[in-house]
Order: sequence, then C-alpha cells, then structure tokens
Amino acid sequence: MSIIQTVRMRSAAAGAPAAGAGAGDDAVALDLRGVQKTYDTPGRPQVEAIRHLDFSIRRGELVCVVGPSGAGKTTLLRSIAGLLDLTAGEVVLDGRVVSGPPEGMAVVFQEYGRSLFPWMTVRQNIELPLKEKGIAKAERRAKIDRALEEVGLTEAGEQHPWQLSGGMQQRVAIARAIAFEPSVLLMDEPFAAVDAQTRAELEDLVRKLWKDLGVTVLFVTHDIDEAVYLGERVIVLSNRPTVLMEDVRVDLPAERDQLTTRSDPHFGELRGHVYELIQQAKRGVRPDAPAASSPQEA
Amino acid sequence: MNAARLARRAFMLLGLPLILLAFWWVASASSTSPFWPPLQTILETFPKTWTWDRIVSDVLPSLARLGIGYALAVVVGIVAGTAIGLMPRLRALSEPVLEFFRAVPPPVLVPIIALFAGYTGWLGKIVTIALGCLWPILLNTVEGVRGLEPVLNDTARSYHLSRWRRLVFVVLPGASPRIFTGARQALSIGVILMVISELFGANRGLGAAIVQFQRSFAIPQMWTGIILLGLIGVLLAALFKVVENRMLAWYVGQRQIERGE
Repeated sequence: MSIIQTVRMRSAAAGAPAAGAGAGDDAVALDLRGVQKTYDTPGRPQVEAIRHLDFSIRRGELVCVVGPSGAGKTTLLRSIAGLLDLTAGEVVLDGRVVSGPPEGMAVVFQEYGRSLFPWMTVRQNIELPLKEKGIAKAERRAKIDRALEEVGLTEAGEQHPWQLSGGMQQRVAIARAIAFEPSVLLMDEPFAAVDAQTRAELEDLVRKLWKDLGVTVLFVTHDIDEAVYLGERVIVLSNRPTVLMEDVRVDLPAERDQLTTRSDPHFGELRGHVYELIQQAKRGVRPDAPAASSPQEA
Repeated sequence: MNAARLARRAFMLLGLPLILLAFWWVASASSTSPFWPPLQTILETFPKTWTWDRIVSDVLPSLARLGIGYALAVVVGIVAGTAIGLMPRLRALSEPVLEFFRAVPPPVLVPIIALFAGYTGWLGKIVTIALGCLWPILLNTVEGVRGLEPVLNDTARSYHLSRWRRLVFVVLPGASPRIFTGARQALSIGVILMVISELFGANRGLGAAIVQFQRSFAIPQMWTGIILLGLIGVLLAALFKVVENRMLAWYVGQRQIERGE
C-alpha cells in the first residue's frame, strides 16, 4: 500500500513541473512544485522528511508555515533557501529554479546569536552582503542607515552583536536581511528564543517592515498564535513525512495590533481552527493517507 | 585609588619573581662552589658579558632566525591548515601523515636537517625552528576552520559571499582563536629550538654562547645567558599577548559576556 502511495506521489511530483503553473506568472514570487526530501546517509536508516509539498506565494504576500514539532519545517526552509538539495521536485523563485542559494533571497535564522559575525560591528555585519553585491560605499552607508532606522537600532551601529540583547541581535539580523533588498525574505522560527515581550515587539516589526517595504515574507514558526497574528495565509504541515494539511486564509484586517487583533473573535476562530489541525497532525491524521490510519484503528 | 590598583597589579606581576630572586640571593650568597656562584656575582657579570657588541654578534642573529622561522611557520601553517580544514578529501588524505609528524619531537629533527641544510649556516637553524613551530599552528588552524559555526556558514552561503570574502571575512576570523592558541604554543617551541639548533656546531648565537661559556668554565657568564634567555621568553610572551588582545578583542569580550563577568 505504501508503494502505491509513493508511486502516486512520484507521478504527482513528476506532473507538476510539466504543468508549469507559475513559470511565466509575474505575480508568483515563490513556487514549490512537488518538493520531496529524503535523507539518505549511507550507513544510517533512510529518513523521509518531506513527502510532497505544492504551494506558491504571491508577490508581496506574508505567509506563515506552521506544523507540529518535527514536521520538517527547518528542512523545508533550508530546501527553499537552496542550502539543501531536494530529492524530487523543484523550488522556483522569480521564475527561476533554485539550485544553490538564490540571488533574491535573504534568510533570518533562528539562532540569531550565531548567525551574526561576532568579529564585526553591527554596521559591518549589514555591510558585508552589500559589498558582495558591488554596491558603492556611499550607497552602502545610506542603505545601512535606513535598515538600522527601520529596525530601531540607529544607536547600535558601532557595537558588536554580542554587546546587544537577544531581541536586538535578531533586529540586526533582520536589518541585514532587509538592507539586502531580497524579493523573498525567509524567516526560520526567528523569535523562538526571545522572551514574550520582545517577541510581541518583533512580530509587530515584521508586520511593519512587510507593509513598508512590500517584501514577500515566508515565516516559519511552531507558534500557532504567532502564525495567525502575522500571516495573510497560514500553511499547516502534517507530521513527518510532511505533506500539506491545509492552506488557511487569514482574513483579518490588515492593520493588526497585539491587543485588538488578539481579542478579535475571528482571530480566536482561526486560531482554534489551526490549533485543531495541528492536534490532528500530531495524532497522525494526514490528508494523503485516509486509508493508512483506519486499518490501525480497526 | 588608581595608584593603589596599579601597585596591586605590579605586586601580583612581580611578587613571586622577586621572592624567588631573594631566595636565590640568600641561598647562594656564601656559596663557594664554582658551578653555583652567588647571584650577586652573576648579576655583576651580566652587564660585562652582554655588551652591545655581543648582543649584535650573538643575540640579534638568534632572534632574527627565530623571527624568520616563526613567520614561515605561521604563514605555511595558516595557509595549509585552512586548505586542509576546508577540503574533507585533503584532510582524510593528510591526517595520518600529520599525526606522524606531530608525534616526532622537533629536536630529533636537528641532526637530520643539519645533514641536508648544513650545521653552521642560517638555513638549517631556520628550517629547524620553522618545522617545529609549524605543527601546532597547522593542526590548530585545521581544527579552527572545521569548527566554524554552521549557522555562520549557512549565512555566508545564503548571502552568496564569494570564495575569498568567505575566507577573509568568515573562515579566518572564525578560526582565529584557535590559530592564536597554536601560535602561542609554537612560540615557546620556537624559543627552545632557537637554542637547540645552535647547540650543534654553531659558533655564533645565544645558545652557542651559553654552550661556549659552559665549556670554557665561565660559569657565571653561563648563568647570565640563561637569565637573558628567560627574559627574552617573557618579553616575547608579553608581545604576543599585546597582539592577541588587539586581534581577538571581540573574542575576549564575547566570552566575558557569555560567562556573565
């Protein structure tokens, strides 16, 4: 039975690129087509992390990906970032298939403390990718100033990252990402390690940056509230091997703030719905395997 | 307040050496043994022995050879260590050989090197110092490069930093704490080899001078040579510390904050 399933998935994966849904479509920023990832290290048991994922993100959207722990969220993000080779399928950014880290993408990692170069000042950290882009010095300075202002760190430019608090360090990582002016900004559980108050501030910062800069954001998190509060859409993943549980549209008003949005009854409904999906995912309910769960129960 | 702190630091730094010197002074004061002259005699002999001429003819050439050999080891060690650290295949290939050479005590190499590079010239001595200093620097550089934080690597890749920018701005600074550890070990090995390389048939140099004093029963002079050698070691270590504190200021600061100091 699992063989039949795999074959079905394979054919679906093979069929997707041929359809070419978003190839010439300018409105699509990021397109995942039949993405599949199996870790196959010699001498170790094979691990199927992602079975099949198909979804796309329109230009200027803010989409959150949420799933139970161990749902392969980080695997997915690293695949999209071009840091991991896919087993099958493809990731298409701005109409081009991703193979290796793509040009128009910036990543904010979870481990903010370890993603910043400790031997450089805050300004130098932001400047390095800009140098690589070949931007002239005066323009680099202007971009750094603007990015620091956006994240509220104008005073900290000459300090080293380790002299700053955790929340401020993550702001530096965000400033570095937005100064790079990516067409898609990937964020991998960026606020998982900061305290609740800082977290709320940083969530509002992401919303603000998204609106100010019009950047496309893919935000991976394990926090259901955060996903619903931030996203225009919430993509809910199943447990391992990962498939899509549901693509939930978040039809909350564009202006959101921590107090009113979170006490909005509709926020509660959406949150409840996503929560229920995650609970199902944890119990092993999978949209692709209705037959797989019933014989076990019988 | 500030003066008191300065005085305390000076005491911490010089206290024990002064106590040891006082002990030596008292213990040796009434000594009549020719091999164990009173410290007073040794100190009186010091300025007469180490005249400017002698410093130019013996001390400076030794230090120059140490400098050249050490610099060679630093350059070769960092370049080769970085290459080996970055390339897993090269590492697998070279690891057994490196382990072998590391296990060979450097002084053993002196007679062999002398066969090829000569006893008396500079070349054999510089090669001896460079080879001895190379291994700690090389092996520590390999470890430093390998131990680079994976998230930093991902960051460098996702901003597609070019090969040389990754090397100069990410890999080498990231490995620099380990490189300095190796360089510090290499410095003390270098001082030892500077002396040892002159023990075999050299007639000029600090090590050669000490041996000649000993052979001609100029015992107080021999003792002054050993004291001078110790002072040079202290001076070089202090110089190293200054360079390290400048270049690894970020590392020291980061560690202090992590430890909550």
